[in-house]
Amino acid sequence: MSLEIRNLHARIAANGTEILRGLDLTVEAGKVHAIMGPNGSGKSTLSKVLGGHPDYEVTEGEVLLDGVNILGMEPDVRSRAGLFLAFQYPMEIPGVSNANFLRAALQARLPEGEELEATDYYARLYEKMDMLEMDRKFTARSVNDGFSGGEKKRNEILQMLMLEPRYAILDETDSGLDIDALKIVSHGVNAMRGPERGFLVITHYQRLLDYIVPDVVHVLVGGRIEHTGGKELALELEAKGYDWIKDDIAQAVSA
Amino acid sequence: MSTELLEATDQAKQIDIDRTAGNFSYPEQHTFDAGTGLSHATVDYISDVKNEPDWIREFRHKALDVFFSKPMPTHWASHDLENIIFQNIRYYLANGQKPTRSWEEVPDDVKKTFERLGIPEQERKFLAGVEAQFDSEAVYSNMKKALGDQGVIFVGSTEGLKEHSEIFRKWFGKVIPTGDNKFSALNSAVFSGGSFIYVPPGVKVKHPLQAYFRINAENFGQFERTLIIADEGSEVMYMEGCTAPKFETATLHSAVVELVAMKGAKLQYVTVQNWSANVFNLVTKRAIAHEEAEVKWIDCNIGSRLTMKYPGVVLKGRKARGEVISIALASDGQHQDTGAKMIHAADETTSNIVSKSISVGTGRATYRGLVHIPKHLKGCKNNTECDALLINSTARTDTYPAITVRGTGNSSQHEASVSQISAEQIFYMQQRGLTEAQAMSLSVNGFVNDLVRQFPMEYSVELKRLIDLEMEGSVG
Ligand SMILES: Nc1ncnc2c1ncn2[C@@H]1O[C@H](COP(=O)(O)OP(=O)(O)OP(=O)(O)O)[C@@H](O)[C@H]1O
Ligand SMILES: [Mg+2]
Repeated sequence: MSLEIRNLHARIAANGTEILRGLDLTVEAGKVHAIMGPNGSGKSTLSKVLGGHPDYEVTEGEVLLDGVNILGMEPDVRSRAGLFLAFQYPMEIPGVSNANFLRAALQARLPEGEELEATDYYARLYEKMDMLEMDRKFTARSVNDGFSGGEKKRNEILQMLMLEPRYAILDETDSGLDIDALKIVSHGVNAMRGPERGFLVITHYQRLLDYIVPDVVHVLVGGRIEHTGGKELALELEAKGYDWIKDDIAQAVSA
Repeated sequence: MSTELLEATDQAKQIDIDRTAGNFSYPEQHTFDAGTGLSHATVDYISDVKNEPDWIREFRHKALDVFFSKPMPTHWASHDLENIIFQNIRYYLANGQKPTRSWEEVPDDVKKTFERLGIPEQERKFLAGVEAQFDSEAVYSNMKKALGDQGVIFVGSTEGLKEHSEIFRKWFGKVIPTGDNKFSALNSAVFSGGSFIYVPPGVKVKHPLQAYFRINAENFGQFERTLIIADEGSEVMYMEGCTAPKFETATLHSAVVELVAMKGAKLQYVTVQNWSANVFNLVTKRAIAHEEAEVKWIDCNIGSRLTMKYPGVVLKGRKARGEVISIALASDGQHQDTGAKMIHAADETTSNIVSKSISVGTGRATYRGLVHIPKHLKGCKNNTECDALLINSTARTDTYPAITVRGTGNSSQHEASVSQISAEQIFYMQQRGLTEAQAMSLSVNGFVNDLVRQFPMEYSVELKRLIDLEMEGSVG
C-alpha cells in the first residue's frame, strides 16, 4: 500500500513551462514523509498535480494510489479514492456553510440512494472541532470566508479529520499558525497517523517536524527530489540552508 | 396534415427522453391548428374556433395592428430578438376539447405528459386546485369543492371569458394595456389559455392554486393570458410551472399576467420556470395593489434561450405593498434579462426588490429595475438589493437600476454585489470529493438560500432539483 510517484513530469498548461522534471517519491501507508525545498522549487505544484488541478499538464510518469494510476481521473474521483490535499492557500467559498460543505463531501462518498445520518454527522463534526479547539460558530460560517490565516489552516485539518483520506498532503499547514495552534493542529494530525494512512508534509520549518515527526525527509529542488534522508536531515537543512544541495547538483552536472 | 405525413412525423418524433424531467415530447395530434405565420386571418381563426364575442375579436385585431406597428425593442434589449421569425411560428394548436374536471378524462398522451411531470401527484399532496395547459388550451382544470362553494373561481381564460364575462371584462387588459410593449400586443392578438381566478371578499384560500404550462409542439408559440382578482381582504397564492422539450428550432412563449389586489387583499404569484434552451420567453407581468393590499411576485427563471421579464406592481392605494423576489440562472448560451418595476402612486406605499442572478459559462444575466416615486407623494419607501454570482470567467452580468425618487418624505435604499466562483474554487470543492456539477450546485444553492427559505416547501425542493439538473447539464 503506497502512494507512488514515478518519473513525474508536469508543465504549466498555459505557457508550457516545465515545473516537475522527473520526480520520484513513494509514500508508504503508515509513514510520514516530509518535503522541504526552496521557494518556487515545485512543492505546491506537486501537490496540485497530484490533486488533478487543471492548470497543469502531466507529460510523463505515473502516480499510483495503492497500485491504481490516478492521473486520468477527475479531481473529485481522486479525492473519493482517498487523496486529500490541505492547501497552502485554502479557497474561500462564499455562501456555502462549513457544515453543509463537509456534509456534501461526505454524502458524495456514499452509494446512490444512501443518506448521510445527520445526528451522527454532527456528533462527529463536533468531536473533531473540539479536538482542534474550534468554536462551534465555524459550522455556520461560509467555508474559509473571512477566516484568519490560522483559522483557514485549522479548517483544512478539520476537513481532513472528517474525510479520513488514505493519503494526505499537507502543504505548509504550519505557516500562519501561532505556537499553540501549531501544537493543536499537530495533535490532530498525529491522532490520524496509523498503519493504513500515509502523509506527505510540505514545510519550510524544522519546528513542525518536532511535533509531527517524519519517517523520511526529502529535498525538492528544481522539480526533482535531490536528496533524501531521515528526520535529522531537517535539522541539517535548518542549519545549512539549501546551497550545499544546489552545489552538489551543479558538481554532478559538470562532472 | 395528411395521414402519411402524420405517420412519418410520428416515427421521426418518437418519444425523446433525456434526464431533464421536461425534455420529452409525444407526437402531436391537433384538431385545430391555425397554421404557420401570423395575419388577421390567424386572429379570425382563433376567434372562430373559440367562438368568441365580437368585442374580443375586435380587441385581438386592434392588438395585432399595434404589434405590427411596434418595432422590436432592440435599441435597449438583446439583438437575439431579431432571430424570432414570426412567420415561422404556429399560433394556435388545440384538440378542441373543453378542459375536463376529472383526470381520467384527459387524453392519454397529455395525461402521460403531466404524469411524468408529477402533476396529479402534486395536486393530491398540497394544492387547492390545478389547471394544466397543453400547447394552446387548458386540458384539465379542477379545484377543491369547498372553494367553489365559497365562490372562488379558478378556470382557464377561455372559460373565464365565456362564463364570467362581467368580472373578466372589467379587468381584462386594464393592468397591462395592449400597447404596453410589442409582446403584450402580440399576446393580446393571439392569446389562448392561462388562468382566470376570482377570490371573493374575505375568502382566504389556504393552499396554493397551481397552473402548469406545457409546450409540446415544435415551432410553436404559447400565449397564455392570466387574470387574477383578489377581492377585498381575500388571500390567495398562485403557482405556475412551465416546461418544454428541447427542439432544434425556436419556440416562443409570450404570456401576459395581470393581477388585481383589492383593498387589503394579499396576492402571491410564484413562478418556477424550466424552459428548454430553445425557448424565447418574453413575458409581461404586472399587478395593481389597492389600499393596504400586498402583492408578492416570486419569480425563478431557469433555462430558456432568452427570458425578458420584469414583474411589476402599481401601488395605487395608500399603504399598498409590493414585492419582487427573483432568481435567474443563466447557463451556457442563455440570457436572463429580468428585473422588477415598482410604480408608487399613493402615499405610504412600500416596495421591496430582491434579485439574485447566476451566470454560468457563457450565460448572461441582466438586471433591469424601475422604481418610481413621484414628488407629490409622502412616506414611500423602496428597498432594492441585487446580487450577481458569476461562475467562471466568461460569464457576464449587467445591472441597470433606474430609481427615481422625488419628494422629501420618500426614501430608497439600493445595494448591489457581484461575487465570483472561480475555477480555483471549483477545484477546491472537487478536491473534497464533489463533482464539478455538485460543486456548482452547492455554490448556487448557497447563494440563493436566504431567498429560497421564504418559498413554499414544495417549491424550494423543486428549485433545488432544477438547479442540480441545470448544473449537471452545464458541465456536459
Ligand atoms: N499556474 C501557474 N502559472 C504560472 N506559474 C506557475 C503556476 N504554478 C506554478 N508556477 C510557478 O512554478 C514554480 C513552482 O511553484 P510552486 O508553487 O510549486 O513552488 P513552491 O515550491 O510551492 O514554493 P513555496 O515554497 O514558495 O510555496 C514557481 O516559479 C511558480 O511561479
Ligand atoms: Mg508552495
